[in-house]
Amino acid sequence: MASLQEVKSKINGVKKTKQITRAMNMVAASKLRGAQSAMEAFRPYAEKFAEVLGNIAGKAGDDVSPLLVEREEVNNVHAVLLTSDRGLCGGFNTNLIEKAEAFKEEQVSAGKNISFTNFGKKGRDWCRREKLTIVDEYIGVVGAKFGFNTASTSAQKLIDGFLNGDYDEVHIVYAQFLGMANQPPTVRQLLPIPVIGETGESESAADEEEQAYMAEHICEPSPDELLNTMLPRNIYIQLYNALLETSTSEHASRMRAMDNATKACDDMIDSLTLAYNKARQAEITMELMDIVGGAEALRG
Amino acid sequence: MAEDIQLEIVTPERYAVSESAQIVMAPGTLGEFGVLSGHTPFLTSLQIGKVHYKDSSGHEQVVFVSGGFAEALPDRVTILAESAERQEDIDYSRAKAAYERAQERLASQKEDIDYARARGAMQRALGRMEVSQGGGTH
Repeated sequence: MASLQEVKSKINGVKKTKQITRAMNMVAASKLRGAQSAMEAFRPYAEKFAEVLGNIAGKAGDDVSPLLVEREEVNNVHAVLLTSDRGLCGGFNTNLIEKAEAFKEEQVSAGKNISFTNFGKKGRDWCRREKLTIVDEYIGVVGAKFGFNTASTSAQKLIDGFLNGDYDEVHIVYAQFLGMANQPPTVRQLLPIPVIGETGESESAADEEEQAYMAEHICEPSPDELLNTMLPRNIYIQLYNALLETSTSEHASRMRAMDNATKACDDMIDSLTLAYNKARQAEITMELMDIVGGAEALRG
Repeated sequence: MAEDIQLEIVTPERYAVSESAQIVMAPGTLGEFGVLSGHTPFLTSLQIGKVHYKDSSGHEQVVFVSGGFAEALPDRVTILAESAERQEDIDYSRAKAAYERAQERLASQKEDIDYARARGAMQRALGRMEVSQGGGTH
């Protein structure tokens, strides 16, 4: 019976697939650990920076930096879209791209021009398909190992573009990492810098007593000048942080997707094995009936 | 003898230094400054250069920092640098190669080069070279 062979080879095929999905799951798990430890290594720096920045911002005058000034007329909006380079990570990229698309629609319907900087192949491919303006693209960053200088170089380009007047606003679309099963795609404004004090979640770390104490700092050079050197770095930090979170989220998503795939393979193998056994049983029964029928005929 | 202060040099990628020191010298943008315990709260930006400190046993240590910020408090100094490397971590030949590359680029007089960037790269390479070659004295 041919179907017996077919079922057998189908089972073998699914088993092979399962091996692959399980291997990918383990690879993602180990990359996830790496990405998480990079995030953890960054936290002390980010927290300290936010604390110092918050203090300085309180002391410096308003509008000391053009990076803080809202443009009266916003015509050109720039979006930085962070996605992964590879697929097989569940709805990860789809979710990010949906978010980006909604953001784009919103801007376009308000009569603004939008351009993109892409980190990651998936987002870039989407931009190409949609024939959107791509200013810059970085492949091989998200999900891989990257240093702070990757973020600072590209962030500086964004700042330059903003200062030149190429863009009136810069936003970033990335996957926030809030836990293994929770990585919501998020849009955040990078430039002009929203009111400081709301930029980081870590601000609360510095309690009020410390704030009062810190207020007596001597600053060199003046608070205004210090703020001016800190603000661009703040953008680097935000971008670096978004890259770290997106990478971590990518690995977490892939891990989950591959885990589900492995489970689905198990289910399929179970039901195929059942079908195989049934078919085999049917064949044996048929053969037995043949033999019995033959014996009966001889005797008769 | 004065009490030790806690020195922390933090970069986005790791904690480069976290130990107690007797004295810390750092390259502020408006000049080098030293911090002993009991310093007034003080905040400054840093140049590319060397941070010297005496560890609790009195040994002089040098760390290369590529700019950033320093905050001094009576009992601790926190340095936020984009990169920080201890003397033994610096690859001298690599720094030298970077220095030569930057020099070449600056000398090439082409119009499309980014002078600020090349100069920054040269300064960083120079700083690394100095620290690497027993920058303990200064």
